[in-house]
Amino acid sequence: MSIERETISGARGLDRDEPLSFEQDAPGRTGVDLPPAPDAPDRLDGLRRQGGIGLPGLAEPQVVRHFVRLSRMNYAIDYGLYPLGSCTMKHNPRLNERLARLPGIGDVHPMQPQSTTQGVLRLMSELAHWLTELTGMATVAMTPGAGAQGEMCGMMAIRAAHEARGEPRKRVLVPESAHGTNPATAAICGYAVDSIPATADGRVDMAAFEAKLGPDVAGLMLTNPNTCGLFERDIIRIAELIHGIGGYFYCDGANFNAIVGKVRPGDLGIDAMHINLHKTFSTPHGGGGPGSGPVVFSEALAPYAPLPKVVQRDGRYELIEQEDGPRVGRMKGFHGQFGMFVRALAYMQSHGRDGLKQVAEDAVLNANYVMEKLKDLLPPAYPGPCMHEVLVSDRGLDGTGVETMDLAKALIDEGYHPMTVYFPLIVHGAMLIEPTETETRETLDGFIKVMRGLVGQARAGQETAYFKAAPVMTPRRRLDETLAARKPVLRWVPEAPVAEAAE
Amino acid sequence: MSDRKYTKDHEWIDVSGGEATIGISDYAQDQLGDVVYVDLPDVGQQVEKGAEAAVIESVKAASEVYAPATGEVTARNDALDDNPALVNESAEGDGWFYRMKLSNMSDLDGLMDAEAYAAYLEALD
Repeated sequence: MSIERETISGARGLDRDEPLSFEQDAPGRTGVDLPPAPDAPDRLDGLRRQGGIGLPGLAEPQVVRHFVRLSRMNYAIDYGLYPLGSCTMKHNPRLNERLARLPGIGDVHPMQPQSTTQGVLRLMSELAHWLTELTGMATVAMTPGAGAQGEMCGMMAIRAAHEARGEPRKRVLVPESAHGTNPATAAICGYAVDSIPATADGRVDMAAFEAKLGPDVAGLMLTNPNTCGLFERDIIRIAELIHGIGGYFYCDGANFNAIVGKVRPGDLGIDAMHINLHKTFSTPHGGGGPGSGPVVFSEALAPYAPLPKVVQRDGRYELIEQEDGPRVGRMKGFHGQFGMFVRALAYMQSHGRDGLKQVAEDAVLNANYVMEKLKDLLPPAYPGPCMHEVLVSDRGLDGTGVETMDLAKALIDEGYHPMTVYFPLIVHGAMLIEPTETETRETLDGFIKVMRGLVGQARAGQETAYFKAAPVMTPRRRLDETLAARKPVLRWVPEAPVAEAAE
Repeated sequence: MSDRKYTKDHEWIDVSGGEATIGISDYAQDQLGDVVYVDLPDVGQQVEKGAEAAVIESVKAASEVYAPATGEVTARNDALDDNPALVNESAEGDGWFYRMKLSNMSDLDGLMDAEAYAAYLEALD
């Protein structure tokens, strides 16, 4: 028998809801004791502020508690398993952080003379070398700020290559399971997006793909392994076909973590691919740090790769920022996300080539372990084995009245960040689970036990009301996502107007 | 209702007089879940059979709505701007998307009637 209790404070154990700092405003309260402003003549020529600026009056401990309480409502990879499919939320090694904070690295300024920054230029050059070696590609543009900008960089290079040949093209082919950023990138680069359907086993429909090829096709944007967590086994044939009509092959490298050290994208016929350093190479993301999406290019597209790049000349490292040629323009200021370069190189060097291969193998092993342990209750959307993530539909919940969203919300009560839900769109009630290689078997077993337990409860039909209300053990219960989307409140407005400043 | 035709992409089209009304099917709204935004074509806009004419966004996904026929848009359902929930409440009634003047009546050939569409849905499950 369970004992349910609404607390007097509204708190759930040691976690509580927290009002906005503005809602806690006590006018005049402050955490600092500033001397009064000196009696100086007004030189603002009538531009002096007329009203209050609306900052809340709070004591220092209130401010500290406010942000600590907010942080306790957050979920982090440093707190627990984060099985968000397609996002690769894996451990950020502390060694990376330590190296990024070395004074010679953490305190370096982007405008220092290059004679004083030889070490960091060498670091960039070595990372570029690792990236081109691991991918089997000719060159790399280091600056793109994340995956989506990397895609844009790659597609701009493809556009530039066609324009340089004097034959601009109109269409880009994108499989329907693609990341949403792929069609968005193609569209913003001025292309019409032509969607390729998937086969019953979750891969590119080759007949449909061939039928869409033509002289107006600029290229193909494909993710491999794809967003169904499956390796595109026809990828070499796909590359041959797209090259056959004079197009280029862009690969979304978001899932490179599943094949790093095992397969070199250059050997598959890929012309451009971004690499999410914040996924495959363990640099922080999701609010913890900026993304970083260097793009590798084949020989065919290398002349169009944007600058800057680091070269070695007479034993010195040099950052080349300008050069004549058909290159795509600069993607980002300065050197790119240098702090992420440090962490990624630390990760590569501490793992070594063999270690990176094992990263891919363990990521795939963990996902298949989860798939096998759940498959009698939650059948995979496509026949396995899968790669680094397992995709299931909501078939296992048929007839229970419990939906994917309800199961995801119940996971929060169980202490887990939910998996990705309703993506990819081609699978009904999709749940995409990516455990990553950094989780222990015990952690995976704990998650599997919870998933099996929840699906079991849903099927038993006795907890449906709970599932519809979940989460119930959080400071805020089920949020009304529909209302939030239909009538978003984007700005806090005070109940009473801000008091006029005293004259 | 008897003349209503359906596409495989779950749009419906109703022709009366020289004008056609277009929306999405009740099945489609149910699959999408709570609709939060509908981007409708402008009056006077040309739409082309099979090409994107509108975009619908639900809590689960954003989807294109394709034109079931070629022609010129003559009206749009302004009520959806403020109340996209109409699509969930009445997909095949008050939740209509836009009206258009058809360029070729023959565009309707090959679309499904209500009975054929029901059989098509049956086969999808």
